[in-house]
Amino acid sequence: MSAVLVPIVRIQRQDFDVAAEIAALTQSRADIGAVVTFSGLCRDEQGALSALELEHYPGMAEAEIGRIATEATERWPLQGLTVIHRHGKIAPGANIVLVVAASAHRQAAFEAANFLMDYLKSRAPFWKKEHRTDGSEGGWVEAKETDAEAAQRWKRPPSE
Amino acid sequence: MTTRLIYFAWVRERIGMPEEDVELPAGIETVADLLRWLQSRGEGYQHALQYPDVIRVAINQEHVDHREKISGAREIALFPPMTGG
Repeated sequence: MSAVLVPIVRIQRQDFDVAAEIAALTQSRADIGAVVTFSGLCRDEQGALSALELEHYPGMAEAEIGRIATEATERWPLQGLTVIHRHGKIAPGANIVLVVAASAHRQAAFEAANFLMDYLKSRAPFWKKEHRTDGSEGGWVEAKETDAEAAQRWKRPPSE
Repeated sequence: MTTRLIYFAWVRERIGMPEEDVELPAGIETVADLLRWLQSRGEGYQHALQYPDVIRVAINQEHVDHREKISGAREIALFPPMTGG
C-alpha cells in the first residue's frame, strides 16, 4: 500500500450533503475510478414513527468508528473514506449515516462500504429510541441478531 | 481510586442517572465482578443489570468482554447492544 490514508470521521447533529462529501474526496485528483456511497435514512414504519432519537457515547463514537475505518483502509486499497453518523432527533426520511468509499476500482469500494456498515451496526456506540405518531413512547430499538452475524462474516481467518 | 461509571440508553434510564463516580471496593477485579457489585446497590441497578450477559461494556472508550480486568480504568461505560447505523 502507498500513502497512508486517514479516514474522515464526523459525529454530528446536523444533516450532511452526499454530493458535497463525494466531491470533497474526488476533487483535484484523477486516480479515483470508483466511489461507493451508502446512506442510511430514518424509516417511518408505515406511518407509526414520528422520529428516531439517536443517543451516542461522545468520544467513544468517534474513536470506535475511527478504528473501524482505519481497519477498512488496511484491508482494501482505498483512496478516500468518509464516515458521518448523526445523533439527536431525526425525522422520517432524513439522513442518519453516510459512508463514502473511493478507490481505483469498484470492488474495493463496494466491499469497504459494506464492511463499514456491518461493523457500525454492531460496534459503534449509538442507540435508537422510537417516538411514535400516536404520542406513545416507542421504546428502544432492539439489536438484531442478523446485524451481529453480518459483522461476523468479515472476520479474518486466524493468521498462520 | 475513583472510577467514573457512564450509562447509556435503557441502562441509563433504569439506573436513573447518566454517570457517577464510585470507589470500587476491594475484590472487584473484573467487569463481571463490577456488574455483580452494582446489582447489590438498589432496585434500579437490579432492573438495569438483571440479565448481565446482554450488557456491553467499554473501558476507557474501548469494547471489552466481561472477563476483562478493570484495574486502572478511569472510565467504564455500561450499555445495551448497539443499534446505530
